[in-house]
Amino acid sequence: MTEALKNTTSAHTATAIPESRNPILLEVKDLKKHFPIQKGFLVTRFVGHVKAVDGVSFFIREQETLGLVGESGCGKTTTGRLILRAYEPTAGEIWFNDRKMGRVNVPDLDKRQLKLLRQNMQMIFQDPYSSLNPRMTLLQIVGEPLLVNGVAKGGELQDRVAELLRVVGLRPEYMTRYPHAFSGGQRQRIGVARALALNPQLVVCDEPVSALDVSIQAQTLNLLQDLQEQFGLTYLFVSHDLSVVEHISDRVAVMYVGKLVEAAATEALFQRPLHPYTEALLSAVPKPDPRLRTEPIVLQGDVADPANPPSGCYFHPRCQYAIDRCSTEGPELRELEPEHFVSCHRAEELRLMGVLGRVTP
Amino acid sequence: MNNNRERLVEIKNLQTYFFLDEGTVRAVDGVDFNIHRGETLGVVGESGCGKSVTARSILNIVPKPGKTVGGEILYHRKVKGVEQTIDLTKLAPQSSEMRNIRGAEIAMVFQEPMTSLSPVHTIGNQICEAIRLHQGLDQAAARELAIDMLALVGMPLPNRTIDQYAHQLSGGMRQRAMIAMALSCHPSLLIADEPTTALDVTTEAQILKLMRQLQDELGMAIMYITHNLGVIAQMTENVVVMYMGKVVEQADVDTLFYDPQHPYTRALLQSIPRLGQKTARRGAGQRRLASIRGMVPDPYALPKGCSFHPRCSQMIAGECDQIEPQMIEVAPGHKVRCLACTGV
Ligand SMILES: Nc1ncnc2c1ncn2[C@@H]1O[C@H](COP(=O)(O)OP(=O)(O)OP(=O)(O)O)[C@@H](O)[C@H]1O
Ligand SMILES: Nc1ncnc2c1ncn2[C@@H]1O[C@H](COP(=O)(O)OP(=O)(O)OP(=O)(O)O)[C@@H](O)[C@H]1O
Ligand code: SF4
Ligand code: SF4
Ligand SMILES: [Mg+2]
Ligand SMILES: [Mg+2]
Repeated sequence: MTEALKNTTSAHTATAIPESRNPILLEVKDLKKHFPIQKGFLVTRFVGHVKAVDGVSFFIREQETLGLVGESGCGKTTTGRLILRAYEPTAGEIWFNDRKMGRVNVPDLDKRQLKLLRQNMQMIFQDPYSSLNPRMTLLQIVGEPLLVNGVAKGGELQDRVAELLRVVGLRPEYMTRYPHAFSGGQRQRIGVARALALNPQLVVCDEPVSALDVSIQAQTLNLLQDLQEQFGLTYLFVSHDLSVVEHISDRVAVMYVGKLVEAAATEALFQRPLHPYTEALLSAVPKPDPRLRTEPIVLQGDVADPANPPSGCYFHPRCQYAIDRCSTEGPELRELEPEHFVSCHRAEELRLMGVLGRVTP
Repeated sequence: MNNNRERLVEIKNLQTYFFLDEGTVRAVDGVDFNIHRGETLGVVGESGCGKSVTARSILNIVPKPGKTVGGEILYHRKVKGVEQTIDLTKLAPQSSEMRNIRGAEIAMVFQEPMTSLSPVHTIGNQICEAIRLHQGLDQAAARELAIDMLALVGMPLPNRTIDQYAHQLSGGMRQRAMIAMALSCHPSLLIADEPTTALDVTTEAQILKLMRQLQDELGMAIMYITHNLGVIAQMTENVVVMYMGKVVEQADVDTLFYDPQHPYTRALLQSIPRLGQKTARRGAGQRRLASIRGMVPDPYALPKGCSFHPRCSQMIAGECDQIEPQMIEVAPGHKVRCLACTGV
């Protein structure tokens, strides 16, 4: 977290902080990505910026899963890609405690260092159908990172790929097959095997189970948890499914239009959300119980345009708790309770609804 | 199931197969169910079990090398107050009758919006085209209605988005454009195939509410295909559960969640994480989810007997791997295809 955050004095008294805490593996500070908007075909005109990520700060501890949630288009995928430096950040710092290089700022790395970094950071993609090259066999797909990084070749490569396939629950005999011969769930496993090939420290999982039906989703989530325990992996887990996020995450961060609006330990955030957008998200989760038909908070007003966000708090045109101040002054992210960060002017006074009901002070 | 309402679509023993070099895939293999006027029918089932192919069979748009080879799909329509019953499987896909029904009376929101939105026309042109074709509005009125529809489905900046092409929109925005197009002609049946999977839950809630409103106002029926059991519980009245090309259980939504009979349905309900559970446990306790063992069988080599038997926890050796179970009505409106369920 930024210095400013650390110095904010907590308005509430401390609830017990768990004692054994792993060291921080990744720390993102004030990260920004502004995409230029161009118009016209022949003569391109530059007409503004989409502020896809606009000053995001968070951290992830070793062997922890941080869930990342938020409205479609709020910048989750862009954040993940910035961390892996698949995109160049417009501004900000990404500190990563690399196994080999030590603590490095990802935007500062040169080509050689980036190659080293990519051994320790991997991504699992949302779409198991389009993210695998249809003309490559499983051996080539899973073995590619090993080959490219000079880790293994020939017979050793085959052995290593066989082992990886076994780890993710696929038969090594499948090595010579092409992706089209596999179901969605099996393809997602292939993506996982490839991401694990170099024994990374951090895996960015972008909607890894959204395309899967529930029984395969359960298998994949169990697999990710087993692998985390077995190999000490750290996950950044992006998903729209808040039940899945609750299940798998140790802590959760909520984004709205390029900004982080709340972050806390999973149970704290789900039981006692401090940001009105988080409350709306939790209320909108369709509950798998026909006898509990709830009325979700349907957000009124227009979806914000990241090229031209509203004044003050970006959420104010849709927030049912907005006051005059909200339309003029943007709230800062502050640590209101230990490890519970929120950016809302009214966070102290509001009593919002969590998944177990409204919280009494 | 709800039988006191008028039937809108009756699907009887539908068989739609794909004829490939490697063999025949019986994607839909004897499906029976009805959709009533104004009803919301949920359809769930494992990936590849034939949900989308069933939907495409209704609209008569099964892609080659697929073909509906058996059964009927009776569509009951009212034309100027006169009742008509048409077997959709008997119409030629490109006949004018089928084209009039498709889009205007039965509309579909597809799972993959990119394949059904044209890359060379703007979103607005496509929606206006549909509106003008089926509702006979002029250009300006159609555009106004299109912008209204885009705003209704929560599209950011509908005035700007209407002039954009599909590839310029995020996945969630494309999905909303599809939904706006499908709803713009006030169909009597909307087939929604995973319409909100790419969307966040607040946008999803907004679209579900819109669908429900239109249903109340226009008496539209909805066939809602999804993996999301939360959406099934919140949105639907009756549910059809499919496994490998067949309906294996059918019941009203309350019965399905509180008294499921088929081992596959039970396993599905056990494999979802439920919101609030971990928070209520304060993070302690069981970490793993229940999951169905094994994989979906190879579609070219269907198991003998009950197609679920290699994965079923209640499999009866010597029976389930030999005898193909038939659908039985275990209670009024509650049907199950399983040898272990003998009914009452
Ligand atoms: N390459 C790009 N060029 C221009 N704009 C982009 C690009 N990638 C993303 N954007 C824009 O940046 C914003 C954030 O997009 P991003 O894909 O990060 O959202 P997201 O939170 O992952 O959404 P979803 O939940 O729908 O996947 C969107 O407004 C999107 O249109
Ligand atoms: N164009 C096609 N060519 C060959 N086989 C096909 C084609 N379309 C579908 N199938 C096969 O038909 C079966 C049923 O497919 P369908 O798309 O209906 O599944 P689904 O239940 O909608 O699955 P999902 O939940 O993954 O969308 C599958 O085995 C699939 O492989
Ligand atoms: S700052 Fe104001 S508008 Fe923003 S979330 Fe808080 S109450 Fe709502
Ligand atoms: S028929 Fe047998 S194998 Fe099939 S679902 Fe019933 S108990 Fe299981
Ligand atoms: Mg994304
Ligand atoms: Mg489908």
